[in-house]
Amino acid sequence: MTQKTVLNQVHCEAGGKMVDFAGWDMPLHYGSQKDEHHAVRQDAGMFDVSHMTVIDLRGDSVQAFLRHLLANDIARLKVSGKALYSCMLQPDGGVIDDLIVYFINEQHYRMVVNAGTTEKDVAWIKSRLGDGVDMRVRDDLAMMAIQGPNARSKAMQAMSGEARQTADTLAPFVGAFCGEWFIARTGYTGEDGFEITLPDTEATGFWNALIKEGVKPCGLGARDTLRLEAGMNLYGQDMDESTSPLESGLGWTIAWEPTERDFIGRKALEQQKTDNVKMRFVGVLLEDKGVMRTHQKVITAEGSGELTSGGFSPTLNRSIGFARIPKGDSETCDVEVRDKRLKARVVKLPFVRNGKTCIEL
Amino acid sequence: MSKIPDDLKYSKSHEWVRVEDGNVIIVGITDHAQAALGDMVFVETPQTGTRLDAEEACSVVESVKSASDIYSPAAGEIVAGNSNLADSPELINDDPYGEGWIFQMRVDDTDALVGLMNAQAYEAFCEEE
Repeated sequence: MTQKTVLNQVHCEAGGKMVDFAGWDMPLHYGSQKDEHHAVRQDAGMFDVSHMTVIDLRGDSVQAFLRHLLANDIARLKVSGKALYSCMLQPDGGVIDDLIVYFINEQHYRMVVNAGTTEKDVAWIKSRLGDGVDMRVRDDLAMMAIQGPNARSKAMQAMSGEARQTADTLAPFVGAFCGEWFIARTGYTGEDGFEITLPDTEATGFWNALIKEGVKPCGLGARDTLRLEAGMNLYGQDMDESTSPLESGLGWTIAWEPTERDFIGRKALEQQKTDNVKMRFVGVLLEDKGVMRTHQKVITAEGSGELTSGGFSPTLNRSIGFARIPKGDSETCDVEVRDKRLKARVVKLPFVRNGKTCIEL
Repeated sequence: MSKIPDDLKYSKSHEWVRVEDGNVIIVGITDHAQAALGDMVFVETPQTGTRLDAEEACSVVESVKSASDIYSPAAGEIVAGNSNLADSPELINDDPYGEGWIFQMRVDDTDALVGLMNAQAYEAFCEEE
């Protein structure tokens, strides 16, 4: 059965075009995906991300547990509320999921994992749990992301005084509790903003307050083109259990130091490094006219690879994508778009950040 | 509810056809189709003079979501493609039955168009789909 977030009726009444996403009935857009995309780049937009799963981990051993479970090192988190992006790996180095973990205190960390992977993530974590760590899956919470250059000011206008004060002090990539609300200055669009976790019962009221402040509801379509422009990976497309983070543009999320930290997947990744990683993960900009799509073939001087994500960038008005291709120096490539071979350029990610184009067109 | 003008004919692949004088037809995609595809970002129109069989893929519309082929409703020859779509593919979203037309062709035999649906039949077809 399709699951529904607490905001489902709000989406339907707003004319959301509802689609199934990882078993959830979610809005793809509310009329124009492009308009929603531009709203986030130029003003403020919001997304219902309640389908994602919040997991609270508590206990005396929670730090040691997470330092073993995750490929990034939560010991890097010194400031309360600070967030860390990490992969959770299989022993063979395949990616089980990518996630955000917040350091609340030495006894409490909060993780946010993908909707489509929740079941296996929870099973995996449970199978690893020992004494001194307690896991609670928070299905009583809604989550929304408010993103864009004006997102913070508009969102703060929609908040109660206390929440506003909490939100106002947050540095980038830091979150804080205000009662049952957890307000974090994080996101998945390449723009400033908040991701706010709050009780289900308060979600509709806050959503409507945000609309009053001129924050535009945005669907999963815009969320995908925004994260693509921002050079952010999507689990299941850009990496999964069969791919290594070292071939998915995620090498920067692996904390190799200290060398004595034994995280799951470490041995396999070290072996891959010794054997030389054969593929690289790059941005691709289409030079010819057309639109690249996920899974299309990419041909370089060093051999062929595949687009792991592809689509149209409303900000650049060009087709962009990510590709996994053989290692080498190729600065150009061909992409097989339908029955044609189109010219494309290999570029450094991201394409767009904070409203600004980061590559030469 | 999507618009379905009474004076047009419709195909099962969601093209509309307007029959003009001298065996010339104008072809586009329906309001229903453009809404389902979402914002258009790229359109490839056929070259003038191209010979086509009936139901031959002759044009591509790409939306933010996906690429879709457009098919010729009958055998004939392309007399014009809508060149405005190169810079403004959104014309298909904004005005699917007017400014958003895709191509014009001269059909060999207008009798070949009898298999197309009228507005009422197309409406029922969309509801069933």
